[in-house]
Amino acid sequence: MKAVCWYGTQDVRVETVDDPHILNPHDAIIKVTLTAICGSDLHLYNGYNPSMKSGDILGHEFMGEVVEIGPAVTSLHIGDRVVIPFAIACGQCFYCRRQLWSLCDNTNPNAAMLEKVYQDSTARLFGYSHLFGGYAGGQAEYVRVPFADVGALRVPPEFNDEQVLFLSDIFPTGYMAAENCTIQTGDTVAVWGCGPVGQFAIQSARLLGADRVIAIDRFPERLRMAQQYGQADVINYEDSDDVVDRLRSMTGGRGPDACIDAVGMEAHGTTLAAWYDRVKQSASLETDRPIALRECIYACRKGGTISIPGVYSGFIDKMPFGAAFGKALTFKMGQTHVHRYMRPLLELIQRRAIDPSFLITHRVPLSQAREAYEMFCNKEDSCIKVVLTP
Amino acid sequence: MGDNERLLVSLGGAALLLRGLKRGDWAGLAAAAAGSGLLYMGATGRNPLAQAFGIRFVETRDCGRRVEVVKSMTINRPAAELFAFWRDLRNLPRIMPHLRSIDVITEKRSHWIVDAPAGFTAEWDAEVVNEKPGTLIAWQSCDGSDVANWGVVRFAEAPGGRGTEVMVELEYEPLAGTAGVALAKVLGEEPSQQVEDGLRHFKQIMETGEVPTVEGQPRGPQPKTVWSGRLVPRSTVAPSRIISLRKTRYLS
Repeated sequence: MKAVCWYGTQDVRVETVDDPHILNPHDAIIKVTLTAICGSDLHLYNGYNPSMKSGDILGHEFMGEVVEIGPAVTSLHIGDRVVIPFAIACGQCFYCRRQLWSLCDNTNPNAAMLEKVYQDSTARLFGYSHLFGGYAGGQAEYVRVPFADVGALRVPPEFNDEQVLFLSDIFPTGYMAAENCTIQTGDTVAVWGCGPVGQFAIQSARLLGADRVIAIDRFPERLRMAQQYGQADVINYEDSDDVVDRLRSMTGGRGPDACIDAVGMEAHGTTLAAWYDRVKQSASLETDRPIALRECIYACRKGGTISIPGVYSGFIDKMPFGAAFGKALTFKMGQTHVHRYMRPLLELIQRRAIDPSFLITHRVPLSQAREAYEMFCNKEDSCIKVVLTP
Repeated sequence: MGDNERLLVSLGGAALLLRGLKRGDWAGLAAAAAGSGLLYMGATGRNPLAQAFGIRFVETRDCGRRVEVVKSMTINRPAAELFAFWRDLRNLPRIMPHLRSIDVITEKRSHWIVDAPAGFTAEWDAEVVNEKPGTLIAWQSCDGSDVANWGVVRFAEAPGGRGTEVMVELEYEPLAGTAGVALAKVLGEEPSQQVEDGLRHFKQIMETGEVPTVEGQPRGPQPKTVWSGRLVPRSTVAPSRIISLRKTRYLS
């Protein structure tokens, strides 16, 4: 089969590889009908994860048709059309039983390796490095799905693939980010980063009752999308002297009630602090650049909430933790508990409260994944979201 | 370190140093550096590696030294079920792959064959010396064992109905002294790691019925030369290639 394989920093190739097989009793094999490149794939593309090996198959946003099931799979049948959550969860452990699916104890074959870094091991992801399990990803014609009963969401035929694909990751991720803000009537929510997760966070904040959403980015097309689909007020931080000041003046001097960092460890900025982070990260003195996170802390109103769907991996410097403590902020973060959100969000799509396919800017055959990665990484051609068809 | 052990370490260190210097490339330099380290350990009788790796020793009454391993894991199943799996010793190789085989001879006595570091195997007879159903199993090796060892596994109900806390305590007399333990640790074949991995597999099997794996899944074709992960790489890998691999963040 054809699959998108990682071979080094900014080096992905479409290669012919063996078809996947059932390896464990709870496995299923899915014939992929649609897959996507995620913003977090770019962290791998740009070489920020040292546990990638050449030949690793990428991709954790995918859907398709069940073509083979293991002997212990009970709820799926051959021919079912399913969306697969990006995190793999066993459904039986302490965390899964508490709906904390992305913290699953049991799905990492390399648990000891991650424990050396985090002291703990969490649920494993498709196509996301050996530190995170080493599972082959879904940017391929076929993919093996472990614990398929637990994860796979069967989708009704009335929806096309583009409407439901993003239930695999970014729609739940944006939704959980907004839900973590415990939004109340009259709230203002500020969202840093208007990439796919930011777009879903903006619309979810609206759906959850936010009075006003302020979107922050530097790409005009992304800010336009936030205005058009999320009725957001926007700040282009490259045109604005100081994002924190600007947010203060837009909120009567008080600051947003909740701040969402949908940027993560590869943040960009124009301030002195931003250059400080770039230099330290390139010298391996700091793994992550927390520019957006610092701004969140300064901008947020006292007693407000910081919600972090953006991915962080290691260490960050110069965190204004005194300000966070002094302002009694609440922090909520982590990988999305996708399994928890798939069904409720499918209902939202069913009720036509949202149509996630608004996000797609590029439709590309899997064979052109290499060019698609390059385009998405450089944000060429106003690229916001690429879907790949095997 | 004992005298024999110091001699052994010194000889090994000297050999590695000489071979490394003879090679005269980057890999040789690394081997020479490792050799110097071993020579230092042999000459001074100190073993900074053991300390750095967090290996714990206990002194015995006859002035011997045993390595102590204590590991625990909470498993979301009733204690009786976990006890029953463990007490059928033939199940243990399923969760600890370094156990090559366990033959149950009588109800109390069993014969163990274990993969030891660097391709060796060790064998012993073990006896269950104490057991309380649903609570604990204690065992010790019999006379004439390759690796003398003592251990107990306890099963205790976790508070609030949150499953069972399983704790393994194990002591063993290392075959090749403290340096051998450090070497095994580097090779990932030291019992502390094996017990920890074993407990995790135990949890995975009891909670989900399978051990997760990625062995046998597809991957892209491999480039001709890859970093072999060996201390001394095969000579077919040119030194310049090794450096460029490191630059491009290959860590396999």
